[in-house]
Amino acid sequence: MSEPLIDIKNVSKEFGGGLFSRLAPFKAVSDISLSVARNQTMGIVGESGSGKSTLLRMVLRLIQPTSGEITINGQNVWALKGGQLKAFRRQVQPVFQNPASSFNPRHSIQSILTAPLEVHGIGTPAERRDRAVELLERVGLDPAMRHRLPHQFSGGQKQRIAIARAVILGPTVVLADEPTSALDVSVQAQVLKLFSDIKDDLGLTTIFVSHNLAVIRQVSDRVAVMQHGRLVEEGPVDDIFDNPGNDYTRNLIAAVPDPAFARRNRAGTAVHPVSPA
Amino acid sequence: MQDIRKHAQGAAGPTLSIRNLTVSFAGRRQLVQAVKNVSLDIWPGEIVGIIGESGSGKTMTALSAIRLLPHKAQVEGTIHLGERDVLSYTEKQMRALRGDRIAMIPQDAMQSLNPSMRIGRQVGEPIELHRKDSASRIKTRVRELLASVKIGDTDQRMQEYPHQFSGGMQQRAMIAMGLALDPELIIADEPTTALDVTVQAEVLRLLREIRDNTGTSIAFITHELGIVAELCDWVYVMNKGEVVEQGCVDQIFNDPQADYTRMLLDATPSIHGPRDEVPNV
Repeated sequence: MSEPLIDIKNVSKEFGGGLFSRLAPFKAVSDISLSVARNQTMGIVGESGSGKSTLLRMVLRLIQPTSGEITINGQNVWALKGGQLKAFRRQVQPVFQNPASSFNPRHSIQSILTAPLEVHGIGTPAERRDRAVELLERVGLDPAMRHRLPHQFSGGQKQRIAIARAVILGPTVVLADEPTSALDVSVQAQVLKLFSDIKDDLGLTTIFVSHNLAVIRQVSDRVAVMQHGRLVEEGPVDDIFDNPGNDYTRNLIAAVPDPAFARRNRAGTAVHPVSPA
Repeated sequence: MQDIRKHAQGAAGPTLSIRNLTVSFAGRRQLVQAVKNVSLDIWPGEIVGIIGESGSGKTMTALSAIRLLPHKAQVEGTIHLGERDVLSYTEKQMRALRGDRIAMIPQDAMQSLNPSMRIGRQVGEPIELHRKDSASRIKTRVRELLASVKIGDTDQRMQEYPHQFSGGMQQRAMIAMGLALDPELIIADEPTTALDVTVQAEVLRLLREIRDNTGTSIAFITHELGIVAELCDWVYVMNKGEVVEQGCVDQIFNDPQADYTRMLLDATPSIHGPRDEVPNV
């Protein structure tokens, strides 16, 4: 692997257990080390409570780790201050599960898209508008709709807008937390395709968190499996899925209902194997 | 295909038979049809998948069988549960059917369970409402039911409240409640969508076991093709209020006829990697 762009070293996060708490602290993430090479997608998969979102939020600098170090491009994420922090906020962008709740419902799509540019003092108002138009086209939306409000868009369209907003500042890293979980499969397929295309075009390094193993398999280069805050295993996506080295991963994969099941296991069985009681 | 199915099920009629069902709502300017001329059958002992994306009318179709549609809905067509003409029933007659002959397992068990009623009482409530059984006989039955959905330590669990149960356990309790009076038909509306995959696998296995042991029919509403492939015997694919295709699971997955079904299959990511790499048996 080439020089890692994102490097997570022995990171842990405990919640609760403060000075006056009678309860032991809850370890949401314990001692995780992972690195993501430039232009690669790391998929993080796990069930609810596995700590996958907490880990992502620590990389986003939204939740402070209890211990350990996270570096992006050699810089310790949690040591950044002032101008460096501002630069980090340009370089690292999130895409969340529910775009509806990450947009201001009273702002037009245009002002949602241009806001990051304004915050970072980039371009004149006209240039910012042009950039918003350009990105709307890039994500497959009609720029004429840019004066509409978020609620006037479907879930898939909103997620396209969220992707446009994530890349409008020209970031190097995009961190996505279950970006397609709320979408219908046909829409999910389109959004995943868009995500991969944009990632390739812009040479992004991404972490993609999901509970959906099939989605993870489709988008990731490498995959990390988490359970109860621990890293169960990590490796190239095909290796992990085809030859899981761990019982938990094996069970997780076996539990996924798969459309291919019908092709593989049902072929040749009786047309109707049901006998009424 | 219909003939093969009827043959396999013997001479008795279907558990649920829907003919030319149309459900519409008065919109501001025009009538919006949520379900358009849908006909479907569920035979005894069958698990039938009704699959579609959001807005396909799958839930509306199922809710009309148990007459739980919003009041504003205008319903046309016929629905028979066995010999009963459900649409001609009065609300009082329907109440006697619901929970007794037809049970419903909802998507979100936590929302459907009463947070302030102990699980034991709650699971026994359908029996309490529909039969004049003694408290001790109801209790015995509840114990049986909880055991049948693999909730161990039943005496302790019966005393607990829903919030003390995990998501998977809550869904099992809902299933136990649905089974209380040996219904002819269970309508399961995305019952595993809120669950982790490993828990989902257990719940699906349980539903199949219940069908095998009791011979009850199950209408399984879902948006996930994978679940249909593993659980169902017969499938109806819905899109924009219409049934676009029906068939046994093998046919739907190996030889889909409708463009929409093909699109749905292509759009579903597989855990075995890109679709063209899936071994074609």
